[in-house]
Amino acid sequence: MRNALLIARREIGAYLRSPLGYVIVAAVLLIDGLYFYAYALGDGSQLSADVLFRFFDGASGTTMIASIALSMRLLAGERETGTAVLLNTAPVRDREIVAGKFGAAFAFVTVMTALTAYMPALIFVNGRVALGHILTGYLGLLLLASAALAIGIFASSLARTQIVAVIVGAAILGAMLLLWLVAKVTDPPLSDFVSGLAIHHERQRPFMKGVLELENVVYYLAVAYFFLLAATKTLEARRWK
Amino acid sequence: MIEIKDLYKYYGDRRAVGPLSFTIEQGEVVGLLGVNGAGKTTTLRILACDLLPSSGSVKVDGLDVVAEPDAIRRRIGYLPDTPPLYPEMSVRDYLAFAARLRGTSRKETAKRVEEAAHSTQLEQVLDEPISSLSHGFRQRVGIAQAIVHKPRLLVLDEPISGLDPVQIVEMRELVRRLRGEHTIVVSSHILSEVGETCDRVLVIHQGRLSASGTSAELSDRIQGTGAYREGQTMNLEVTVRGAEADALAVARAVQGVTRAESSPSNAELRAFTLRIEAKRDVRGDLAAALVGADLALLELVRSERERELESVFLRLASSDGASKEGAA
Repeated sequence: MRNALLIARREIGAYLRSPLGYVIVAAVLLIDGLYFYAYALGDGSQLSADVLFRFFDGASGTTMIASIALSMRLLAGERETGTAVLLNTAPVRDREIVAGKFGAAFAFVTVMTALTAYMPALIFVNGRVALGHILTGYLGLLLLASAALAIGIFASSLARTQIVAVIVGAAILGAMLLLWLVAKVTDPPLSDFVSGLAIHHERQRPFMKGVLELENVVYYLAVAYFFLLAATKTLEARRWK
Repeated sequence: MIEIKDLYKYYGDRRAVGPLSFTIEQGEVVGLLGVNGAGKTTTLRILACDLLPSSGSVKVDGLDVVAEPDAIRRRIGYLPDTPPLYPEMSVRDYLAFAARLRGTSRKETAKRVEEAAHSTQLEQVLDEPISSLSHGFRQRVGIAQAIVHKPRLLVLDEPISGLDPVQIVEMRELVRRLRGEHTIVVSSHILSEVGETCDRVLVIHQGRLSASGTSAELSDRIQGTGAYREGQTMNLEVTVRGAEADALAVARAVQGVTRAESSPSNAELRAFTLRIEAKRDVRGDLAAALVGADLALLELVRSERERELESVFLRLASSDGASKEGAA
């Protein structure tokens, strides 16, 4: 735990001291803002809840992309620059390395996501939405982010370079997104299973509408845990290579 | 301190190391020598618990690298071939991170960082970001991170690679200063370098130990670089000015000379070179005899002598039978 915190702290420092972190935050805020202004608000009169739904829909897209981009360097980057040796030869467990890296990236994404709060706040002040709707939407975003970060970290543990990591991560995430379309062309009962695995469509929408369902929370936590575990096992296996 | 027994390491089908066995005592400074690809780095990585061995046993302080890697990691400071530096961190933060990662308490850390910076002469750049440092400084930060938690064993993989001559001298002194406090294993492909700093040299070739000893012993084993020893054949090259036939006759008359011949002369200087083979140290007698015969003695050197450890190394490393040949 102590080691994971140490690693997390160093990792947050690295985000704050390198341009990558700022560039990603700026890009996310720009796209979210444009999307909110031009699409979510639209030009006609709208229901506040619909505007909020569309805001979360857009934000979930940018959050996923940002998560993959933020996580690509976590393990592959260290391998590229040779600093992975420092962690590998320290009395630190592989799961502490993964936990620390995930913790740092998640903290960073949380701050980034919090910076978008002015948009729902505008709706809240000028329209009529429940605070619970906003909070549930954000919870959904953060859960989605943790799953996407875990996928990104897993890809980063596999790849030797960051560029490969980001491609592998995007491919896994993209495949999980498209599962809901696959479900449409699959016969039941298999289609239920496939659509249950899809990372966004059926899982994120309830949050966006302000509906909190335990199974969706569990789904995201399980995906995050699964990929973090896979990343840990990948690191362990590398030592035998 | 270190006990390696029948170590093998395969990368796929390729054998990088093995069979390799050696022991290193507490407090020794040992050089691991070999051409690139000989298996030095792999051996050191296994020792530092970065890689796992394919088979065989590697023990540090009686602890096995497979069974108790974390206990060993706490005792080892490791500088890999490229120092593992985070460019965006300051030297101080980086060293503190390295120390904390290896279990140094928060209270101790600041003191240890100062000490490590002091012994590697990094005080003036402690608060600079690593990205702004020159190669020589980075290499020193690499060593500082290896000693910051006061390890009993220090493993340095090619610490002088890429350094300029001044920095090489500094690095040599640094390694000398560190001895005593630590058992040190240094790898290099430059023999003279290892000879300078190490008590003992292990020559690794194709993953195997091909020779070991002090650098003087190693060069001795090939042929008289060190002091002349009774019973050895002594080869001399003597440059003389004067009558060639006289010189040959004088040289042959010296007791102990078994062979003398002259090689093409330098016409302008009217000088020529005698190649002498003797079964004892005839240098003094030969010089006296030549001078006594009114010949100008311009130069007298031992030939075929391996002044450079490099040539010893090449001999030891080049053929598989090298170690047998060297021992003979």
